[in-house]
Order: sequence, then C-alpha cells, then structure tokens
Amino acid sequence: MIVEEIMNTTVFSLKPSNTIKEAVQLLKKEQIRHLPITNEANEVIGLVTERDIKNALPSSLLKIPDEGIYDQPLENIMTKNIIVGHPLDFVEEIAIIFYEHRIGCLPIISGGKLVGIVTGTDLLYNYIELTGANKPSSHIEIRVPDIVGILFEVTKVFHKHHASVLSVLVYPDKEFDEMKILSIRVKIMNPLSIIEDLRKEGFDVLWPNMPGMKL
Amino acid sequence: MAKYAGHETVDKNAVFIYSDNQLGYKFSDTHPFNQKRLTLTVDLLNELGALNKVDIVEPRIATDEEILLGHDSKYMDIVKKAGRGEITNEQGEQYGIGTEDTPIFPFMHEASAHIVGGTLTACDYVMQGKAKHAANLGGGLHHGFKGRASGFCIYNDSTVAIKYMQQKYNARVLYIDTDAHHGDGVQWSFYDDPDVCTISIHETGRYLFPGTGNVTERGTGKGHGTSFNLPIDAFTEDESFLDIYETAFREIVEHFKPDVILTQNGADAHYFDPLTHLYGSMKIYKEIPRIAHELAHEYCDGRWIAVGGGGYDIWRVVPRAWSLIWTEMTDQKAPDGPLPSAWLEKWQPESPVTLIPTWMDPINMYNEVPRKVEITEKNHQILEKALYMIRSIQS
Repeated sequence: MIVEEIMNTTVFSLKPSNTIKEAVQLLKKEQIRHLPITNEANEVIGLVTERDIKNALPSSLLKIPDEGIYDQPLENIMTKNIIVGHPLDFVEEIAIIFYEHRIGCLPIISGGKLVGIVTGTDLLYNYIELTGANKPSSHIEIRVPDIVGILFEVTKVFHKHHASVLSVLVYPDKEFDEMKILSIRVKIMNPLSIIEDLRKEGFDVLWPNMPGMKL
Repeated sequence: MAKYAGHETVDKNAVFIYSDNQLGYKFSDTHPFNQKRLTLTVDLLNELGALNKVDIVEPRIATDEEILLGHDSKYMDIVKKAGRGEITNEQGEQYGIGTEDTPIFPFMHEASAHIVGGTLTACDYVMQGKAKHAANLGGGLHHGFKGRASGFCIYNDSTVAIKYMQQKYNARVLYIDTDAHHGDGVQWSFYDDPDVCTISIHETGRYLFPGTGNVTERGTGKGHGTSFNLPIDAFTEDESFLDIYETAFREIVEHFKPDVILTQNGADAHYFDPLTHLYGSMKIYKEIPRIAHELAHEYCDGRWIAVGGGGYDIWRVVPRAWSLIWTEMTDQKAPDGPLPSAWLEKWQPESPVTLIPTWMDPINMYNEVPRKVEITEKNHQILEKALYMIRSIQS
C-alpha cells in the first residue's frame, strides 16, 4: 500500500507570518495537532505542532499573562528542515520513519508542493483496517510450528469450510522460539466446526476457547 | 408521538405472535440456528398452562415495501431468486448468502418475510394500543445488513420494525439487545439517527463474531450519543451482567425518553451456549424481561415489544429463557421449582443432552471462575465509559 491511498488531502497550513494566536485558533477549530508552514508557492518551509505552541506560551498558572506572545509570527517557533514524505512511499516505510524519529505527522510533498499529510493516528487506523477488525468476523488464534508450508495447511481447513478469510497476521510466539502465532479473522459466525477440524489436524487453537475451559 | 385511533383503549395485556409458518426459517438439520426452539418454548408454556389460545396472534407476512424500509431492492431480489433455486452459492456470496453461516434454502424470502411480518404485527398491536406488550420470539435477527445477510440473519426484522414505527407512528424507539453477539445490523442502520437509541450488551469482540461493538462506537453526526455498546468479558457471570444491564438500561431510558421499547432477547449468554463464552445462568433470563417490563411502564406507558434472537442450546436454555419473557409480560408469577414433567418426558428422548429438570439452573453448574474479581472490575469500567457522556450532561 502506498501513501497516496491513505493520506489526508485536505491540509490545513499557515504562512510564517501568521501569528501564534491564529495557529491556536486553527488547531482548536479543526481539532488537529500539526500545522505545516508554507510559503506563497505552497512549498513547505516548516512545521508547528501543538507542543511547539505550548512551549512558547507562558504557564497558564502565571498571574500576569503576557498577551504579546500571541502576536508573535510562527516563523519564530516553527521547526525548519522537517522530515517529509512522497505520495509513492510505502506505508510500511513511513511507519518506520514515524517510529525511529518519534514524530507525529509527515507532510507529503510532490513536485515541491504540499499535497497531503499523514498522522500517527491515520497509520493506526490503517493498521486496524488491515486486520479486518471493522468487518463482521470471528477471530481465531492458532499456535503453529515455524516451518515452510504451514500456512497452506491451515488455510486448507478454512477452504474446506468455504469460509472467507478477512486477514491473517503472523507474529512471533513469545514463549516458544520455534513456533509462530497465526491470528486469523474469518467471516463466519459459527467457527466451531473449523476449530474442531483444526484440532483434528493437530493444530493448537489458542482462542476462542471452548466454553467451560480454563482461563 | 402521533395519537392513533384506538390508542385509548387497551384490549389485552400482551399478545404472543406465533404460527407454525415461522418454522420455515430453516437452513439445515445440522445448522446451529434452529427454530425448533420455538416449538419447544410454545410447548413448555402450554404444559405450564401459561399460554392462553386467545393471546396467540398469527404473524402476517411483510410486504416488499416494508422489507425495503431496511434493505436494498437488489438484495431482496437476490434472496427471492435464491429461494427459488435460481442462483448459485458463488453468486450469492457477495450478498452473504450461500455461505456456511447463511446457506440458501427453499423459499428463504417468504420465510424471512414471515419473521419480519411477525415483528411488524407485534408493533401494530402495541402502537395501536390493542395490547400493552407483544412478543415475537421468531424475530430478533440483528445481524442482517441493508444489502447483505450476515451471521444467520437474512432480513433484519428489528431494523424494518423500527423504521416502520418511525414512519407510521412517528415513534421514538429505544432498542436494547442482550444477545451475546453485538447487535451490529440494527446499530449501523440507525447510527446517524438521533431519534433511535440502540444499546447492545455482548461478549467482547476480541474473538467472538462480529468483532464490533466497542464502547467507543457511539453514533455519528446527529446520532452521536444515541448508540451505546457494553462489551463484556468472556466468563462474565450473572451478577456483573445484571449490574451492567440494569444500570445502563435505567440511565439511558431516563436520558433518551423513548415512546416504545424494543428488546432483543437472544438467549446465548448462558453458560451452556456452544457458540459463546459468557457464564450467565437462568437468573439473567428471569431479570432481563422483568426490568424491561418495569421500565416500559415507568417511561413508555407500558409499550414494550420483545423479539427473540440467538440461542444455540435449544434444549436446555432457550425454552426456559423465552418462557420467562412471556410469564413476565403477562404478569404471571415467574415459575419456579420443577419443569412440567410432561414436557420433560416428551422431549428428553429427542434431546442429545440431559434436560435441566428445574426452572432455575442447578448450583455449581460450572467451576469457579478464577479471575472473577478482575472481570467484574473490567466490566464495570466499560459501564462507566459507556455512560460517561450522559452522566456528564446530567451533573
């Protein structure tokens, strides 16, 4: 999946000459936390985040508020040389950028111009969609040995039951190095016969438990 | 709400919508959704002497126009064709039929339209004041979507019935769903409608179908704040279930002020149910209708419609649970002690499991749940999250 499929194309941005007060109002009105700062040619020259603004403002506990700070231009507080992305970047790649650089948003640039923005929340939602958790489904977790062809053996059982698989996640087993956990979402309300057949084939079905089994 | 002719005189306390043609909703002999539970329930009520013939009302069949209140015409056409054997499983699949959950069966449109018609009959009796309450235990097919079957449900009788009551009677409807599965179909039908409130109490979607029903699903647009979800943990027992049910129901009904209450009475939150992991006993099935009945009188001049729903232990759980809805609805004392022996003798030979001989469940039905305290605590937290919005308005 590439970035242009998930990015927000309605981007709220301001100019370096706009004031902190204007930024505060815009963030509040649109319920957002990041503002790319662009020049007249719509090129990104900086970024102002909610945290930059908080750092610039005096403590709300101070008795004498210094209103003058609100009139300062954003160019005084914006971060320059920011990390940006491209519409053709892979979503997995930018996820790593978010994680490694501990950033909250990524302005997306094409032809030198600001064309979109992706936030950490967008990435998280994208992940939820990948898991299929927003579609009617049952969830089955299976512990399998980490060997070639095992996924084929497992999905054969689902095929036999004509059950549509919405997503398959494979993740390492924290207890046993030589095992993997398969987390499968399947579009079926009655998974009992599938679970029974998986067990017959010798697979270790972790969840759902049969009623009456231990926690 | 619009006054309706005949509204002032109530003829009956309650009507029981039933006829054998509701048994036509049948996928196969081995499918877990089995309407034999209706036969077993009616027979149990008869043996108890609790079901008067004059209180039984024949369900009508829903018209195409009525079904279209909740469904797409393209989908309805596919269901009609499927029932006549004119489409293959592959062709039905994108509409959710011809699947292992919802297989194609002969005359599936007519069978489903009878289920919807039964719930509409129940609505007409209650909204026209011909009865205070009405039960259509064949209904409650809450997973049906606008253009797709899901989870054993073809047409969503509750969705159609709510739209029908909005149009015909201008009613403000509160829907409460105690099936162990999330009432997704009904919720999504009214997700942006501020005049319909949906409440669903269900086993968390972590593993169980359909996976939705998170506490954060609260409605959208103008309907924000009129969808309530209370996902409870696997292994939840009576006390915690009832604490959540009664507290949420009371506070929401008081906040929303409905004209009529529609309860979906899936009976699959019981310990014996093969599809779910909740640990309810018959105690919850005694209390669920009792509280609904009480609140209907307190807030809706008695207007209460009850439909069925899930329930896959059709021998040991559903007949007892659903009988208790009817005895509550008709102000009969809740039966206690042994079940009628004639009923037990008649059905035990056919039942694959030993029937429970008493109305309430035996004590020590299951071993102690090791993490009871944590589960109760977590469920209570969910309750507070779900009610947070209406509580903060009130205070």
